[in-house]
Amino acid sequence: MLYRESGQFITDYRADRRIFRLWQARTAFYLLLLVAFTVVPFIANDYWFSAILIPFLVLSLAGLGLNLLTGYAGQLSLGSAAFMAVGAFAAYNFHMRIEGLPFLLSFVLGGLTAAGVGILFGLPSLRIKGFYLLVSTLAAQFFVQWVLTSVSWFSNNNASGVISAPPLLIFGRDFSSPVGRYLLTLTVVVALAFLARNIVRSELGRHFMAVRDMDTAAAVIGIPILKTKLLAFGISSFFLGVAGALWAFTYLGTVEPHGFDLSRSFQILFIIIIGGMGSILGNFLGAAFIVLLPILLSILSGSLLAGVVDPGQLENLQKIIFGGLIVFFLIKEPFGLARLWQNWRERSRVWPLRY
Amino acid sequence: MEFFFEVLLGGLLAGVMYSLVAIGFVLIYKASGVFNFAQGSMVLFAALTFVSLLERGIPFWLTFGITLLTMVVLAWAIERFMLRKLVNRPPITLFMATLGLSYMIEGLAQAVWGAQVHGLELGISDEPLELGGMLLSQFDLFAAGVAGGLVIFLSWLFNKTRTGISLRAVADDQLAALAVGIKLQRIWLIVWSVAGFVGLVAGLLWGARLGVQFSLSLVVLKALPVLIIGGFTSIGGAIVGGLIIGASEKLAEVFIGPIIGGGIENWFPYVLALLFLLVRPAGLFGERAIERV
Repeated sequence: MLYRESGQFITDYRADRRIFRLWQARTAFYLLLLVAFTVVPFIANDYWFSAILIPFLVLSLAGLGLNLLTGYAGQLSLGSAAFMAVGAFAAYNFHMRIEGLPFLLSFVLGGLTAAGVGILFGLPSLRIKGFYLLVSTLAAQFFVQWVLTSVSWFSNNNASGVISAPPLLIFGRDFSSPVGRYLLTLTVVVALAFLARNIVRSELGRHFMAVRDMDTAAAVIGIPILKTKLLAFGISSFFLGVAGALWAFTYLGTVEPHGFDLSRSFQILFIIIIGGMGSILGNFLGAAFIVLLPILLSILSGSLLAGVVDPGQLENLQKIIFGGLIVFFLIKEPFGLARLWQNWRERSRVWPLRY
Repeated sequence: MEFFFEVLLGGLLAGVMYSLVAIGFVLIYKASGVFNFAQGSMVLFAALTFVSLLERGIPFWLTFGITLLTMVVLAWAIERFMLRKLVNRPPITLFMATLGLSYMIEGLAQAVWGAQVHGLELGISDEPLELGGMLLSQFDLFAAGVAGGLVIFLSWLFNKTRTGISLRAVADDQLAALAVGIKLQRIWLIVWSVAGFVGLVAGLLWGARLGVQFSLSLVVLKALPVLIIGGFTSIGGAIVGGLIIGASEKLAEVFIGPIIGGGIENWFPYVLALLFLLVRPAGLFGERAIERV
């Protein structure tokens, strides 16, 4: 009885359209936002901001992007990091080459550029399906990285190819401190998560899911496959592009192509597998997991297993555990942490009874 | 012109090396419909086990046997703890499971045998051989011979033996194969073991080439476009795809590379594969799927 929904009647359409229909869920969500915006900036220290919270938020956003494409529209992609790279470099170039362009606008433009590139590499999806599509996304991954390293115009003819991001000035205020960067990232992520939630429950989102479940059947009932698939690629790449820009500007402070390699794409794929495919909340759970697990492992091996595990083995151990978890989740809980959370919620509705 | 042919032949021979890895994929895909991303890590694992045992002074053929046995045990473990629990899941799930598997095998291989680079000497000289005015690598010719032998062996296995026929039955229709009494789990074990054997052969040749090190597992990324061009279900396709990729990659590197800046070998095969796909969506020799609702 921790969580009761009896007596909450929906009597008008506005109430029916709410994202959280239960007052418990609503209150919990607003409380969480309140804590994230007002309490966390005061209690967390710089290490927390730059090593845990900011990468967590950015990776959640990237997961959100990939989840729209893979989890909702069913198009497998291994090129997520490439679209992040496009977003980061485009945002940097827009900011640098157009005098006085507001920062947030250059993020949006970066995202839109990534969306354009995403649509370009999504075009083959109309003709090829399934594993064959991996080739298109891998082509994006390798080609984009090659272009960004070999054409020096993108990195402003910088010899090393690594550029430091300019200070974050928004509305005349400097957001370069860890707290400022955290708040900026949080705002963008919350806004885009809200957008994503609304996309997936709109007509477009339902088209995505129909195409995922069976695209031939979707075409038969009149869903425009061409438009839906391309929009999935475009929207997903927009999210990834913004995530890439945030990764470069608020997390690393540098813009470089090497941070966006294939292993980053895998990392984002793992986030959505562990977190839950076809779920918005899952991205956050998965990203938290991916960010926290290595930290937890190094703490554990430092204290508990000191001397037993050689520090050089830590990386191998981490790989084995990650791989094992992926297999474990796919076997035991294909819908990931998000489904575990849902199960827990269902159970707490009837607690202490069983049903 | 002579230079052109020399590059072309060198590319074709290099392509055979890609085919060796791709054959492992095809085997598993044919028999279980799993797109096995872990093939690259299996190559790494086999080569690393082999070279580490060899360095401990165990004779060549005994080492070969032990490594082969290890690959069979690995295949058994994969079948027992992963595939069996993922029966009837969508192919995309199985693919992601093999992604996790590849992480596990890579971590395991390096945890057990260490991460340093090992040299591997197979006793084949790598001196260039002059043939009709062109310089050809003796080693590449040897690799091509091995690949040819492997293809003949595999097609004999698939077409003439009882096991091979049941393998093909499983590939054709799993339910029907079960119904006539073919043991699915045994078939999977055999297929993954044979893929492990192919991985071992590929690992030895690649390892002798590049040294046995982590980057061996990345040959999977070279094999992928080969597979796409040839089609997922054809061993012959894997060879043809490898030849096409190898030759065009080398030619592009030598003749186009200098014009647009070097380092194009990472993405060129993918773009080529993409172009092929736009014309033939299931590869050159792949089976065209019929869509039903």
